[in-house]
Amino acid sequence: MTLLAAIQVALIALRINALRSLLAILGVIFGVAAVITTVSLAEGAQEAVNDQIASLGTNTLNIRAGSENRGGRRGGAGSGTPFSSEDVDAIRRDVPVVVAASGTVQGSVTAVSDGTNWPSQILGAHPDYLDVRDWQIAEGRVFTVMENQRSDRVAVLGQTVAEELFPYGSAVGQSVRLNGQPFEVIGLLAAQGQSSFGQDQDDIVLAPISTVRQRVLGYSRPGVRDPVQSVWVKIAAGEDMDYAAEELERYLRDRRGIGPGETDDFRVANFAAFITAFRATEVVMGLLLAAAGTITLVVGGIGIMNVMLVSVTERTREIGLRLAIGARRRDIRNQFLIESILLCSAGGVLGLGLGVLMAMGVERLGPMLGVETLAIAVKPSVILIAIGASTVIGVLFGFYPAHRASRLNPIDALRHE
Amino acid sequence: MALPLIQARNLSRVYRLGGGDVHALRGIDIDIDEGEYVAVMGASGSGKSTFMNLVGALDTPTSGELTIAGERLADRSPDQLAAFRNRVVGFVFQQFNLLPRTTALDNVALPLLYRGTPAARRQARARECLEMVGLGDRMDHHPSQLSGGQQQRVAIARALANEPRLLLADEPTGALDSRTSEDVMAIFDSLNASGITIMLVTHEEDVGAHARRRVIFRDGRILEDRS
Repeated sequence: MTLLAAIQVALIALRINALRSLLAILGVIFGVAAVITTVSLAEGAQEAVNDQIASLGTNTLNIRAGSENRGGRRGGAGSGTPFSSEDVDAIRRDVPVVVAASGTVQGSVTAVSDGTNWPSQILGAHPDYLDVRDWQIAEGRVFTVMENQRSDRVAVLGQTVAEELFPYGSAVGQSVRLNGQPFEVIGLLAAQGQSSFGQDQDDIVLAPISTVRQRVLGYSRPGVRDPVQSVWVKIAAGEDMDYAAEELERYLRDRRGIGPGETDDFRVANFAAFITAFRATEVVMGLLLAAAGTITLVVGGIGIMNVMLVSVTERTREIGLRLAIGARRRDIRNQFLIESILLCSAGGVLGLGLGVLMAMGVERLGPMLGVETLAIAVKPSVILIAIGASTVIGVLFGFYPAHRASRLNPIDALRHE
Repeated sequence: MALPLIQARNLSRVYRLGGGDVHALRGIDIDIDEGEYVAVMGASGSGKSTFMNLVGALDTPTSGELTIAGERLADRSPDQLAAFRNRVVGFVFQQFNLLPRTTALDNVALPLLYRGTPAARRQARARECLEMVGLGDRMDHHPSQLSGGQQQRVAIARALANEPRLLLADEPTGALDSRTSEDVMAIFDSLNASGITIMLVTHEEDVGAHARRRVIFRDGRILEDRS
């Protein structure tokens, strides 16, 4: 008997027992649906987190002066000799793996436009900062190196600040007072949304570091000219981040005159390490989902096996007849195996549809539950796995009943009541 | 002289059960020629069903020789027997054994499916067989939409589908009333008249009366063989 004929026979048999066929695959349908829903939601969540990780920058390092250590009494983070703009320029110039670098100073600011005020954060930085953090300009432009050197009073506004101060029309070209100092708005940052910690990343004003240091915050440290609070560097694409961090540490130890055996008075924070840790969580999460999915599918498969065994018993006479009129053992085995596979694959496809619908439902439900970032991502690989796994289930759990059917003796089978 | 269609020599079948051996057939010798119309009769337990199962290649003998249509049936695998049944034998059962919720046409075409006959030829042959049993107008009916007599006629059409050399009927009227029984027997009569060899197993005298040769079994032996 050809495969096509065998499939025909199986399809006829499934149609004969349509209701039982449907009941049989319910387990697989819900199993696959559950897997699709959870995996899609997890994927969606992961993509959201990945976006935020990307906003941290996978090739970004952050350097801060460490604690001051005066005779064993430590002064806490940032209490040591701070870095200066000159240090930043030196890093940019001398460390080969560094492609961009910016020092920053940050503080509170009150922004005022025609009668409206808005308390926000001001960030003083080098024009390189946008490149380092991969921030985009939505409108206008960023300040130049020259403007930075001249301490010009120019500012780039975050979306939130712009909306609060200039709800009507464009902010670019308007003037704004920052802690009393008049500034010209020359650009608008692209929206970044909430950070993973719930901070509004658009509630910020960006301005040249020299301007902010001198005119807005009045930030100074004794003994250091042009101090910065923090240094951000971008490492060339393809460089190993651990290596780059070591390179930078070596350079800075040398520059700050720290001898061998002495502890660093600064820290290089490597986000790559954080990301690696996060990826590990991701793997564990994936394994958990896979385990839950496997269990669900096995339960569905046992349901299929149960129904197939009942079906073989109920249809013993039919099997006897088929054997009598010339079906070989493998014809019977294939018929039941194909029935099982067709059942499971159909269950897989229906489960897939149901799963996607359920995931979409949960996505809709998200805002009502107060979770704004609930998103789904149905990957093609998930679809293939769902259908592939249900087919494999069909083979695994259909084989034993099919084998049993094929070993029946035609005489006994025909006499079966 | 042509070889008989069925030739049994010292044919025995012993069932091994828990309590000991049951001798269902104790050395049968019989020849049945092509074109014969034979009724195998006897009380239950006489061995007539065992004999029919052996002739129908549903079972293999414990000892002795059985040659059907020139083929020796001893020592064959289940699949070889299945192929033989598909080629040589047509079965009609007491309980019809039609597939439920399947049209008469598909039921009749079933043996051809296992033979690998292409779909168009299966349909044509199934149609032909249904017309032979007078059900040309019931092809798309399901068994539940047919009377008992009609169902048995579908079963006969199915037995004819693969153009068998031998038609075996096990109590073909056992589930039918006497009037319908006569209709079904009339079909067997006409099929035999057209040259098909028929072997009926029955315990009913008036069914046996249709055959031209009556073989009566008792205790695993042939008691009487009368033409």
